[in-house]
Amino acid sequence: MNHRPARLVLPLLAVALAGFALSFVDAALLREHHAVRIDTSHALAKRLGLTDIALFTEARYTRHPSQADLHAPFQDHPLALEHFPTGSLIAPPRHEYLDRTTARAD
Amino acid sequence: MNIWIEQQRALIDFTLASLARRKARNLGLLAVYALLVFVLASVALFSHALRHEATRILADAPELILQRMVAGRHDLIPPGYLEKIGRIRGVQKMEGRLWGYYYDPVIKANYTFMVPTAGGVERGTIVIGTALERVRGLALETGISFRAYSGKLYSFVVADILPRDSELVSADLVLMHEDDFRAFFEFPAGHYTDIALSVANPQEVRNIAAKLAAALPDSRPILREEMLRTYASIFAWREGIILAILSGALLAFAILAWDKAAGLSAEEKREIGILKAIGWETGDVIRMKIWEGVLISLSAFLIGYVAAYLHVFRAGGVLFEPVLKGWAVLYPRFQLTPEIDGLAVATLFFFTVVPYTAAVLVPIWRAATTDPDAVMRS
Amino acid sequence: MIELIEVRKAFNQGKHNEFWALDGINLNIEAHRVTALCGPSGSGKTTLLTLIGCLARPTSGRARFKGEDISGLPERFLTQLRRRSFGFVFQQFNLIRGLSAEENVMLPAAPSGLPQREVRAKAAMLLDRLRLAHRRTARVEWLSGGEQQRVAIARALINDPEVLIADEPTANLDTTLAREFLAILESFASEGRTVILSSHDPLVIQSAAVHRVINMRDGRIVDNQ
Repeated sequence: MNHRPARLVLPLLAVALAGFALSFVDAALLREHHAVRIDTSHALAKRLGLTDIALFTEARYTRHPSQADLHAPFQDHPLALEHFPTGSLIAPPRHEYLDRTTARAD
Repeated sequence: MNIWIEQQRALIDFTLASLARRKARNLGLLAVYALLVFVLASVALFSHALRHEATRILADAPELILQRMVAGRHDLIPPGYLEKIGRIRGVQKMEGRLWGYYYDPVIKANYTFMVPTAGGVERGTIVIGTALERVRGLALETGISFRAYSGKLYSFVVADILPRDSELVSADLVLMHEDDFRAFFEFPAGHYTDIALSVANPQEVRNIAAKLAAALPDSRPILREEMLRTYASIFAWREGIILAILSGALLAFAILAWDKAAGLSAEEKREIGILKAIGWETGDVIRMKIWEGVLISLSAFLIGYVAAYLHVFRAGGVLFEPVLKGWAVLYPRFQLTPEIDGLAVATLFFFTVVPYTAAVLVPIWRAATTDPDAVMRS
Repeated sequence: MIELIEVRKAFNQGKHNEFWALDGINLNIEAHRVTALCGPSGSGKTTLLTLIGCLARPTSGRARFKGEDISGLPERFLTQLRRRSFGFVFQQFNLIRGLSAEENVMLPAAPSGLPQREVRAKAAMLLDRLRLAHRRTARVEWLSGGEQQRVAIARALINDPEVLIADEPTANLDTTLAREFLAILESFASEGRTVILSSHDPLVIQSAAVHRVINMRDGRIVDNQ
């Protein structure tokens, strides 16, 4: 048994605090380091006119969520509310022009 | 001041000594607590950084994309649309775009085939994204054959590979010449997948979208603003399986912590009585308990947060990969730029440290205000 | 040193089970002496000790400590006075289980803000004096009854109090240990501390170490030698 628990725990806590502070320093350094990478991606996206990130390649509406319409997640079968796992990670896009008011047939 | 510090050190010593009595239990609690913070912080850091990254990379996406809808589905743009759009004032530039999906049965992956509007890819060659290069085992100047949906086999030579740095947007891309694209998909001449527009005056983009919708009633304009909004809200707090799972874990932990912190045993009550009898003030007992709550919850927060930071920004969020990958075969290798949302970190800090400390404190308050002579009488 | 005038103490006052534990106590306890409160259980010895030791306030009457009226002091000041001037040895020792002997001894000094090194040195000195130096880091529940009591005594002395209060100190000790305890008490009195204890153990009451015996029954003093 150690005689002075504070002597052991408080420095550990100080180390953790330093780690917390260091994470922000590290983040600032990494941000600088990553700037080139972002510029490359940005340039490519601009050149090709890309509209989406290629994070979810499993289905059309997850590969291009910004281009998918509201019906897309339900397209396979009326009962297949959600088919692909990543579909549950992203909500359907909220496009205002899909909601445009239709003229009443009166 | 010195007296105050010595006092707090003595109180911390006592708190730690009493916590050390149930070492396994308290360390276990700390571990579970830190794990919970780790998961929460990982999700918060990852989603915020990804949102930030996506909106920055896609900042110059086409200002307006025009799709044609048939029976609620995205359909091809027939000839004549470009001319009609050309008559709308304010449209600066328009390009028919050609892109589509190809399912490769060899590795069971989906590719995005695309024709760069600016050209630059020779006939018979393709430019591929790095995930494809990796998964399909391709290299520069190697040939590859794809069987088209028509059954015909088409061969291409890999002329170039897109920069590895851009993998987050280009992992599954296959860029090809327009003629190859039309032949491969038997894409009817004069038809396009959609139309990308740029607008002379960005202020007018909404008006032009409205004019487009009126001129071409079967079309659907998508503003760049909407595309960015899709990504600005991706993994927002209210959506997603992660939160559903987490809320279960959160509740379980709340019960555990409450039981641990709030359930004041007869033994603890007795100890508080002893402390009061030997000259501790009610305030000293409460300060001691605050230290207990703060030490446990602060350690859990710091450990969990630092681990989450390392996980997301130094280890590439490996634990999220299976979740994000879903059933996809191609998954981009990417590193996120550490954009940290200070408010989210502060919120996380507040919600990990304050409720636990409060839960420790509430029952103590009652016990600590009992009469000190209770020890003698019992 | 301690003066009690017409002190009464009630428990559950105003309820159907109201009970007067002390009923008109007049008492003057001299400094630097060993005083024993003697009487059967329920005679009010322990209650009287809690009033003397500032653990509780009398329901009526006055209590003075070194001439100062303490019966009306707020809780905070009572606690401070108790910490500085009184040391307690409880009947069940009331040590905190799971902590070492040394940690237990140091506890009353925690709110004082004294440098930890000083407190530790003093605890070591006290444990040494009570022949417990070798048990310093042992958990208290591993100690024998006599050792536990000596830890309790060391704890009572850590703040260097003028008055030592012991409630039934020999109840859990055999004859040898009880005699040893009385010898320790005597040494405290001879170094200028005031010792007040309660007991119904003839060994204590007849001991030469006890200078004065106060007999109690039903919350009153019946015989004041």
